[in-house]
Amino acid sequence: MTDTFRDHLSLFSTSLSLREQRGAMLASNIANAATPGFKARDMDFQAVLAAQAGSGPMAVSDARHFATGTPGAAQAGYRVPVNPSLDGNTVELAVEQMEFAENSLRYQTSLTLLNRRISGLMQAMKGE
Amino acid sequence: MIVKNVFDVAKSAMSAQMVRLNTVSSNMANAQTVSDTKEGAYRPLRPVFETVYAGQMGQEGRDGLSTTRVREVVTLDREPVRAWRPDHPMADEEGFVYESVVNTDEEMVEMLEASRQYQNVLETVSTLRTLMARTVKMGQ
Repeated sequence: MTDTFRDHLSLFSTSLSLREQRGAMLASNIANAATPGFKARDMDFQAVLAAQAGSGPMAVSDARHFATGTPGAAQAGYRVPVNPSLDGNTVELAVEQMEFAENSLRYQTSLTLLNRRISGLMQAMKGE
Repeated sequence: MIVKNVFDVAKSAMSAQMVRLNTVSSNMANAQTVSDTKEGAYRPLRPVFETVYAGQMGQEGRDGLSTTRVREVVTLDREPVRAWRPDHPMADEEGFVYESVVNTDEEMVEMLEASRQYQNVLETVSTLRTLMARTVKMGQ
């Protein structure tokens, strides 16, 4: 029974936690906007989510399997700048801010959907 | 310094920008100062930023996070202007004073950039904080 609950909520909770990680990563980029030589980082959200949700190229179906898609930094890449700057810093504020805004919005979307699922379950339990 | 979450990122990045703003105000305050020796003339200060990665070299901290800090504050090696002002009380025996070489336009640009970046980091962390607060209320 608990598995059913987990399955019911897992996609949104995974997506929420990944969005949070990505938000922190983008915040790090914005914090380093003036540091010479800093390379902006980001993750391929879809790929990481697919790997976590088990629909990636190699799903983990047994405890002894190696997970090919570990979350966060293991799959983080470096951003290719639109206009490279002389000091070697690849942070472009406009790009980072837009990515951050989009990420925040999608985080809120996941949160809303998760809330709806929870209230749906609560409603089913109460039987009203 | 341990970088565990986005608040640690903001803490360090904002204090780095604050140091930068402080150096700008020191430079601006000393823009018109003179000295009786070449060595004594004021030279502009500049902070040098460096990246601090979370989880580097066995430190505890979360991967993927990084922040910035001031590695050192350097003085710019610029030649002071030697001006002939014999009536100045600071003038040397030949009647020269050494004026500080602060470029106020440059300092203004530096100040604007530092304050914008301070704002950016603050805005980012406040957005994330709101999201966290909303998540805490999940399911209510």
